[in-house]
Amino acid sequence: MKDRACIVGIGETKYVRKPGSGMTEVQLHLQAATRALEDAGLTGRQIDGIIPSPYVATAEQLAANIGAATLRFATTVHMGGASPCAALPIAAAAVTQGLADYVLVPTGWNGFSSARARNVVASDVKSLPGATIARDYYVPFGLTAPPQWYALIARRHMHEYGTTAEQLGCVAVAMRKHAQLNDNAIMRGKPMTIEDYMLSPMITAPYRLFDCCVETDGAAAMVITTAERARDLRKTPVYISGAAAAQPHPADEIFNRKDIYEAGMTIAAPRAFAMADATPADMDFAEIYDCFTFEVLQQLEETGFCKRGEGGAFVEGGRIELGGDLPVNTHGGLLSEAHTLGMNHIVEGVRQLRHEAGKRQVKDAQIGLVTGWGDFGDGALAILRR
Amino acid sequence: MSYTKPLPALEGHAGDFYGWCKKRELRFQQCTGCGTWRHVPRELCAECGSWDWEWMRSSGRGTVFTWTVAERPLHPAFADAAPYTPIVIAMEEGVRLLSEMVDCPHDQLVIDMPVEVVFDDVTPEITLPKFRRAG
Repeated sequence: MKDRACIVGIGETKYVRKPGSGMTEVQLHLQAATRALEDAGLTGRQIDGIIPSPYVATAEQLAANIGAATLRFATTVHMGGASPCAALPIAAAAVTQGLADYVLVPTGWNGFSSARARNVVASDVKSLPGATIARDYYVPFGLTAPPQWYALIARRHMHEYGTTAEQLGCVAVAMRKHAQLNDNAIMRGKPMTIEDYMLSPMITAPYRLFDCCVETDGAAAMVITTAERARDLRKTPVYISGAAAAQPHPADEIFNRKDIYEAGMTIAAPRAFAMADATPADMDFAEIYDCFTFEVLQQLEETGFCKRGEGGAFVEGGRIELGGDLPVNTHGGLLSEAHTLGMNHIVEGVRQLRHEAGKRQVKDAQIGLVTGWGDFGDGALAILRR
Repeated sequence: MSYTKPLPALEGHAGDFYGWCKKRELRFQQCTGCGTWRHVPRELCAECGSWDWEWMRSSGRGTVFTWTVAERPLHPAFADAAPYTPIVIAMEEGVRLLSEMVDCPHDQLVIDMPVEVVFDDVTPEITLPKFRRAG
């Protein structure tokens, strides 16, 4: 499957918090989708595959609205924030095997003004695969929301490996710095120093406010087709060189994994890099799902940029900032651009490889990584190249 | 004053788990095929594939594996509880349990500190297993 499918269209809505998008989530998905079609130079009629995200717009709704009259492939990935990235190997397989010619993947929500993640997880047992376990064994003890789940893992890592608050802060500061170069970033115009980070209020120790991503209203979308078709379309094709998704064991319960740091990424990353015939050292940039700062360190470790326990040292000294060895989240990430369940990471990866990233362009970017992280540590990644 | 925090649903195996807690016994499933203890409850043993298991009594003893201090509650039912301390206990039997400490301020918590179970009758129907410092 290496390099046989391409991302050919990307689209985003405006990313906003107060006073909210003023649109329904279906409208947001459709706005992002139609912008992705326009970007690709395609019409809705040409879309014959859709991978809708869970719970928002169905494939039927999306197809009816965009005029996809010959829909013949539709499936949904239930991996929370890993879903957009996990859709990449599925869409690539679908187009290369002839199940569809053009696959549309929209994602987004009114994550600020409507159903906020913290409320959904504790109140809706259908919100994620492990939600009944959370209801019966986590929520009665006050473990109600994602930052609390992951703060527990972060503290253990700090104990075992000496990871520090300042190192988590390096992640938050880098994302914020990059957001200053992005007109659509929620945190544009709000620069932050490491001192600001350390003074931000504790939410669920060791996580401070600035360890947590920005709940956002907005949506993003992409279109995938074969490499052959991609050459006839409007924009520089971005090739899916390697892609994989996986779940840790058990996937629906966080604290009884034999290896507490093993995530879906641990299993998926070697497969994706092998498919791409590439190594982490080859990456010109990485757009890493940053729901919280520690998850960036964990994914840097589990994807093989550094050894287990070395993530903290890896992010120090500006290494993950633009101009550093491995620019991470050049758009500002979930921490400082927006939280569209990670589709914005794929969109940014495509922009970088098309050399459309303007002031935040990684010079001569040829190959890069995008990741997704969801539910209780499901993971997905793709190695993209121009 | 009535108890207003969320409660487990007493369905299936969770009903049995909390039923034992109400009797002041912390029990986990143990596979009769290979002896592996497990939590949360499952239908099959992931190690050996056996469908056979029993609710076996835990020693109730374990050590602190990790914790977080919830300083800003993220659920309205816990608004008055903050700061509180969700904690993961590594039980002697090898399973890990998410719970709460009853007697230890978070600034005195230490990873690997020994703890033991206590039972908190939060409602007439539900008893939650919580932990205190061990001897």
